[in-house]
Amino acid sequence: MTDTTHAPRHIPDRLDKPLGSALFSWEALLVLVAVVIFAVNSFASPYFLDAWSLSDLTFNFTEKALIALAMALLIISGEIDLSVAAIVALASTMMGMAVQAGVGTPGLVLIGIATGLACGAVNGLLVTRVGLPSIVVTIGTMSLFRGVAFIILGDQAYKGYPPDFAFFGQGYVWWVISFELVLFLAAAVIYWFVLHRTSFGRRIFVIGNNPVAAQFSGVRVARIKFILFCLTGLMAGIASVLITSRLGSTRPSIAQGYELEVITMVVLGGVSILGGAGSILGVVLAAFIMGLVTFGLGLLNVPGIVMSIFIGLLLIIVIALPIVWGRFSRRRMA
Amino acid sequence: MRTLMKHREVWLLAAIAALVALISLRFPGFARPGNLAAVFNDTAILMILALGQMAVILTRSIDLSMASNLALTGMIVAMANAAYPGIPVPLLIVLAMAIGLALGALNGLLVWKLGIPAIVVTLGSLTIYRGATFVVSGGAWVNADQMSPAFISLQRGAFFGLPVLSWIAIAVIALFYLLMTRTPLGRSIYAIGVNPTASVYAGIDVGRTKFVVFCISGLLAGLSGYLWISRYVIASVEVANGYELNIIAACVIGGVSIAGGIGSVGGAVLGALFLGIISTALPVINISPFWQMAISGGAIILAVVLNARSERKEGRIILRSAAA
Repeated sequence: MTDTTHAPRHIPDRLDKPLGSALFSWEALLVLVAVVIFAVNSFASPYFLDAWSLSDLTFNFTEKALIALAMALLIISGEIDLSVAAIVALASTMMGMAVQAGVGTPGLVLIGIATGLACGAVNGLLVTRVGLPSIVVTIGTMSLFRGVAFIILGDQAYKGYPPDFAFFGQGYVWWVISFELVLFLAAAVIYWFVLHRTSFGRRIFVIGNNPVAAQFSGVRVARIKFILFCLTGLMAGIASVLITSRLGSTRPSIAQGYELEVITMVVLGGVSILGGAGSILGVVLAAFIMGLVTFGLGLLNVPGIVMSIFIGLLLIIVIALPIVWGRFSRRRMA
Repeated sequence: MRTLMKHREVWLLAAIAALVALISLRFPGFARPGNLAAVFNDTAILMILALGQMAVILTRSIDLSMASNLALTGMIVAMANAAYPGIPVPLLIVLAMAIGLALGALNGLLVWKLGIPAIVVTLGSLTIYRGATFVVSGGAWVNADQMSPAFISLQRGAFFGLPVLSWIAIAVIALFYLLMTRTPLGRSIYAIGVNPTASVYAGIDVGRTKFVVFCISGLLAGLSGYLWISRYVIASVEVANGYELNIIAACVIGGVSIAGGIGSVGGAVLGALFLGIISTALPVINISPFWQMAISGGAIILAVVLNARSERKEGRIILRSAAA
């Protein structure tokens, strides 16, 4: 066989698109969408092009986008975590309990992040050790984690967070640049580096493309998946610190429905829901697009529920567009 | 194969019986036939939805939009009833099923014609249908006093000792049983889930079958839309918000494999019943309803752990019986 002399199969960061050139890449499409939405927003509302407005805009998505970064890695590896919003709620509840016990700000942050990490580890163990499908496991833990928050809190709310705790969700690093935005951009750079520049990131793609082949090539599939679940829990814990700090209170219904928004962000960013393809840049762009859409519509007094129509349509259209386009151009060539 | 399938349902039935017995220790009246019939009636809508979801999951797809579909069709039907009380209720039910079918067909078309993964399509339509409910209603509620008496009372009428709602559920279960076990379509649905590639070679149109399956789940979601609104006599944007995951949970507890190809009508029905018993029993045995979410979460994980074992065995059994 001459095949054996060939170079190892190229593992794509995303599935082959009909318009393969860099100019027509997924990211370029997202940039185009973002620019169009930005322009439309600027025309539609006189309040849009203002430094403080644009700064407020970032609060719309940074918390969810932080989770989306880790979720992207998880989905690329062929798994999914539907419990992230419930982890946010449980971590927030734990921080609320700690406040009642008189824990200071550093302790609160630690508890929030540790709770997230622990929840992620539970998901990871159930998926990798017991060998269960992640979508089902995390539907279960989604009820379980939020359920525990409900058991602890009932219809009550925790308040009385220390004043310096408010910095994480409300503070500014410089002028209009919020702490949340800086944290998100820093995290995005780290995740970009890990996914696209390290062998660990490479292995995530390999696992997503073919877990069995990855196993036989010596990739520790279970361990890497476990780490990814822990990372996703960790990011949910961090997001929980930010949200709790921003709202200044904890209810068990906090962050309800975030999981689907996070996944929408990841898929819109060009990550294949089937695993094996995607990029961090795409996810970051998708996060900005979702922030732009919801904030722009908010300025026009469009209710949140109607915004969700636009997000849903955006998701389906952006996914469908390259498929329709590809079919159209193929037919023309034939 | 069939005896083994029954085997698992027997286990689930035993678990439910144990649950009922446990509850009866704290509240002796729970196991009375009248009360059990009431529990069945309370769970009827979830059963109908779980059956639709099961058909979708069997083909390795998932329908996250069922609860939003339910809310939208329910709202439209309720508004039609409020605006024109003269429209006969059976016609409204047909309307609900038609709208649900159309919404399901939309999902199915995107999955079939564009090949977009079902989870992505229905994630999108979940938010779109829910948003459309708001647009259609303008955010307003349709209250009990705006609905006609016939609209509210139809499903409550007793018929051989059971409410009409229960009979509708029984009819859907029976029809679904026939569909899944006695028709080529049911056979194709299982075949696609077990092995999509082999199904193509066997002459099954995989895309079209998935389309039909989404139509079925949409139709049942539409029917449930009417049933839900007329049962809880309020139509709002928030109706059944987040319920899509309860529906999937019912399937999973009932032994439907998320990987497709494994699951039965009886399993899905019992899974729904299990969740229904938990939610109705907690208040009567003085456990705070705040425990409900955690308990059903635990039940889902437990069910998945148990099913994961039996699934592996069953894969072999199916092959053996096919060879025989």
